[in-house]
Amino acid sequence: MSAPILQLRDLRIAYGAIEAVKGIDLELAEGELVSLIGANGAGKTTTLNAIAGTLPIAGGELRYNGQRIEKLPAHKRLRQGLALVPEGRGIFTRLTVEENLRMGAYCRRDDDAVEADLERVFTMLPRVKERLQQVAGTLSGGEQQMVAIGRALLSRPKLLLLDEPSMGLAPLVVEKIFEVISSVAAEGVTILLVEQNANLALEFSQRAYVMKSGHITLTGSGDALLADPKVRAAYLGEV
Amino acid sequence: METLLQQTVNGLVVGSVYALIALGYTMVYGILGLINFAHGDVLMVGALVALEAISLLQTHYPELGLVPTLLAGLGVSVVVCMILGYTIERTAYRRLRNAPRLAPLITAIGVSFLLQTLAMIIWGRNYHTFPQLVSTTPIEPVAGVFITPVQIVILVVSAVLMIGLVLLVNKTRLGRAMRATAENHRVASLMGVDTNKIIAATFVIGSALAAVAGVMYSSNYGIAHYAMGFMPGLKAFTAAVLGGIGNLAGAMLGGIVLGLVESIGAGYIEDMSFGFLNSSYQDIFAFIILGIVLIFRPTGLLGERVADRA
Repeated sequence: MSAPILQLRDLRIAYGAIEAVKGIDLELAEGELVSLIGANGAGKTTTLNAIAGTLPIAGGELRYNGQRIEKLPAHKRLRQGLALVPEGRGIFTRLTVEENLRMGAYCRRDDDAVEADLERVFTMLPRVKERLQQVAGTLSGGEQQMVAIGRALLSRPKLLLLDEPSMGLAPLVVEKIFEVISSVAAEGVTILLVEQNANLALEFSQRAYVMKSGHITLTGSGDALLADPKVRAAYLGEV
Repeated sequence: METLLQQTVNGLVVGSVYALIALGYTMVYGILGLINFAHGDVLMVGALVALEAISLLQTHYPELGLVPTLLAGLGVSVVVCMILGYTIERTAYRRLRNAPRLAPLITAIGVSFLLQTLAMIIWGRNYHTFPQLVSTTPIEPVAGVFITPVQIVILVVSAVLMIGLVLLVNKTRLGRAMRATAENHRVASLMGVDTNKIIAATFVIGSALAAVAGVMYSSNYGIAHYAMGFMPGLKAFTAAVLGGIGNLAGAMLGGIVLGLVESIGAGYIEDMSFGFLNSSYQDIFAFIILGIVLIFRPTGLLGERVADRA
């Protein structure tokens, strides 16, 4: 296995006196699609926010490409290729769809390549192209999620963090979004996916971590976890 | 009828100055949710610095023409105010970014007092005559309406600056980042936006507009004074609330409407009050409007969101 692109060592994150993430270890090799599953309140979103830099950590190590990044502000982490599609999509509702997408390329100066990447996002997300001049707040939830993913891709991330991309969406739309996610992964982008829809996440991921009350309780390949009776009982809705 | 036309012209002139100042309030509110009560005092500093620079130039370079002197004075004043705006944000407001909203509001009032006191120490308590570099003698009246060259300059400069600002905010990368940051600081930072820089840029742009407004205000009335920022600042704040605070078009509309109401009101206040009040009571119109807007339409003319942080 090549050197990990992302490495968490005994990572702790606290909201005031309350520790939400109580020392977790997690590693992603370049090109992997790994998911982080678990119940509500397990600390999954908190972990992603800390990796992206919008939450400070309380202890432990956070390495990206071998470098410690705990002190780096979020905007500098993005410039190094670490992008987060936040929970609830984080669309700029008063900006147009095109402006939202261009915000993804905010740090890039290679204008021609940005235009080419825009075209690639359009082929991946054809419904977005029809709505470029529309104010993004008027889009449906699925379309907003597409825009949020397309926007993150325009920063040309090396590591893409996805927080609950299926949240609140109809099954057909979820299927489309996961198709997009696998095609992004197929292009070699490393992905860390947080999902409550554990079935779907495990099906698509090479590996997964299971989180419970701030700890990582299980880890293994997607298939192994899908077959694990404990996982099936706790997260896949089987009795 | 002639009074009406004349007061309409005067109202447009003073209204466009209010509009320029109101833009500074509304931009800062849009991005930080903060009413920067020191904004009017930045205008005062702009006027007094321009006055100082112009008198220095007139003493040392009397051969310099009127227009170059005025432009140089304006330029110095704009640069000083941009630095001042940056400094205020950096030292007073940035460390309060996550504080309860009352803290930055009180700090803003404190900065306002600080600027006034410093200006009083530097320039004294007296009214200074502001040099009339652009003529205030009315040109040939059209349809009985008098307009002075300085008023024409104010209208043109304000229009150019407002168009420029709208283009900056809507068409440029900086403007897009400003709007994105105004909507969501956290997500903007996830796009690689250094939101602190964008907020600082907002203060710098607003302060530059305030400097120009200050020079125009003083040119129009012929005076400058350490406390001169208070009233136009308060009225421009009213204009921003009237238009819908946080909304650029609203600030411009609010400024113009306020200028017109005030000016036309001043023209008729004597008749309306049967001679009891005269035109020196014109300030009451701005505050009657502020009261009415806050009671009946707190979102302002063009605002969508309730200005609950005012």
